[in-house]
Amino acid sequence: MLGRIIAVEFRLRMRELLTPLFALALPLALLFGFGLVPGADRPAEGLGGQALTEYMAALGIAVAFAILALMMMPGVLSDYREKGVLRRMRATPVRPSALLLAQLVVNAGAALVSVATLLAVGTAVFGTALPRDPAAFAAAALLCLGALLAIGALVTAVSPSARAGNALGSLLFFPSLFFAGVYLPYDKMPGPLQRVCDLTPLGAGLRAMRDAWMGHDVRISQLAIMALYGLVATVAAARLFRWE
Amino acid sequence: MRHTVIEVEDLGKRYGGRPVLDGVSFTVAEGEIFGILGPNGAGKTTAVECVEGLRVPDTGTVRVLGMDPHAQGDRLRERIGVQLQETGLPGSIRVGEALELYSSFYREPRDLPGLLAEWGLEDKRNVRYSKLSGGWRQRVHIALALVGRPRVAFLDELTTGLDPQARRDTWRLIRRVRESGVTVVLISHFMDEVEELCDRVTVLDGGRVRATGTPAELIARAGGEHRMSFRPVDDLDPSLVTSLPGVTGVERDGRRVVVTGTGDFATAVTAALARDHVLVAELRIDRRTLDDAYLALTGRPLEV
Repeated sequence: MLGRIIAVEFRLRMRELLTPLFALALPLALLFGFGLVPGADRPAEGLGGQALTEYMAALGIAVAFAILALMMMPGVLSDYREKGVLRRMRATPVRPSALLLAQLVVNAGAALVSVATLLAVGTAVFGTALPRDPAAFAAAALLCLGALLAIGALVTAVSPSARAGNALGSLLFFPSLFFAGVYLPYDKMPGPLQRVCDLTPLGAGLRAMRDAWMGHDVRISQLAIMALYGLVATVAAARLFRWE
Repeated sequence: MRHTVIEVEDLGKRYGGRPVLDGVSFTVAEGEIFGILGPNGAGKTTAVECVEGLRVPDTGTVRVLGMDPHAQGDRLRERIGVQLQETGLPGSIRVGEALELYSSFYREPRDLPGLLAEWGLEDKRNVRYSKLSGGWRQRVHIALALVGRPRVAFLDELTTGLDPQARRDTWRLIRRVRESGVTVVLISHFMDEVEELCDRVTVLDGGRVRATGTPAELIARAGGEHRMSFRPVDDLDPSLVTSLPGVTGVERDGRRVVVTGTGDFATAVTAALARDHVLVAELRIDRRTLDDAYLALTGRPLEV
């Protein structure tokens, strides 16, 4: 039954094309757009010694996570609530929380596909190295994704309508990208701004992923911040979620 | 006496201090089409949601198929089918996918090819929900309500927004649901629909039950006089008609005879005429409708 719900949700997301577009096409466009700049594969001073190609691959992962968790999932779920999809499901032997779970699985799956694609294309096309500390990289990526999905669930919980869900998601999405260093790389930010970045889930996540990628020690504090976001947002979403 | 499948007693529900349901009681017998009639905001949907276990009433008791919808909701929802007023499906889902998905929710679902054929949906299998017309959507929703082999189906405002032909088609489908042995609870604010389909009706207004009975009973109970008229072929002795039960007056209007009365007097008159071999022409009975009954019961016409 849960398998069937996941399969249907997966097909619907693929059919609407937005999920594959944002989870795969956009991060790849970032990688190719910047990766083809001459000298992009050499360690760059302004990126903390990381090559631009590797930096863009990590950034693409963060952007895909943020789009899926903060934009796609709240949009779909608050639309389902507005259309009575969740309410209709309440009248069956299955609880609508199964649909919520299916959305989490589908979006987490899409996010992991985009991680795998960026790692593979980066290595094959641009000769980027794989993360030098794979375990730390995996921990950072999973904690970051978990924190963002929990925040996405909280956005859905507090949004009274599909429109509000989309608006609130965007409101979190763009600052998240800024603090992750999409517009100005973290390494070029002034110190105080860096401290703020370290306290945001996507900022902490991208930094931890990059550190693991380059083989630097990943700061426990950053992993802890992501875990804290995930925990608090999960508890709040569970308490505030309305099915109709 | 047929089994009672739904028993609602003294149901009360308040939202923010405002009573939405106030002492609502009714019973539904197995195999009937039971109508819940009332204007928007009468509490129809809330009452049915309490019966389905989607809402917990503040006071009163509900039994559906012998179960408490709240405490035994999981078991109950295996045995009921629901169609809601709102769409309830993602726009991009295909008809076949929706039915497959919902059939996976139940322990003993209907076989899908059979269900699709029964509702004429074979050709729509691969059509997206958002591309269906209102009438086809309703068919999908009825099929979804029936996929788990329910004993009771709740159909909420099934024909709102449909054109007259689609409404007639939907009525035929609802009769078919009943013929298959499923008890139907029909929520409606359309008089003609309820009068046409329902075995029994409860009229809800302002959160209270105004009356419950067959449509004919409600019409009769609403009282008031109505008229019938005919033209006797030969001369007629008025005393033949005046003494009949329910007749309150007989007048001549040229060659026509106009009889006024209450209740089922028209049947008595036509029976008496037939018994005495009186031939009449241009027989006309001003039939009272549920609209009149509703007006008499609630003091105002049903606003749609």
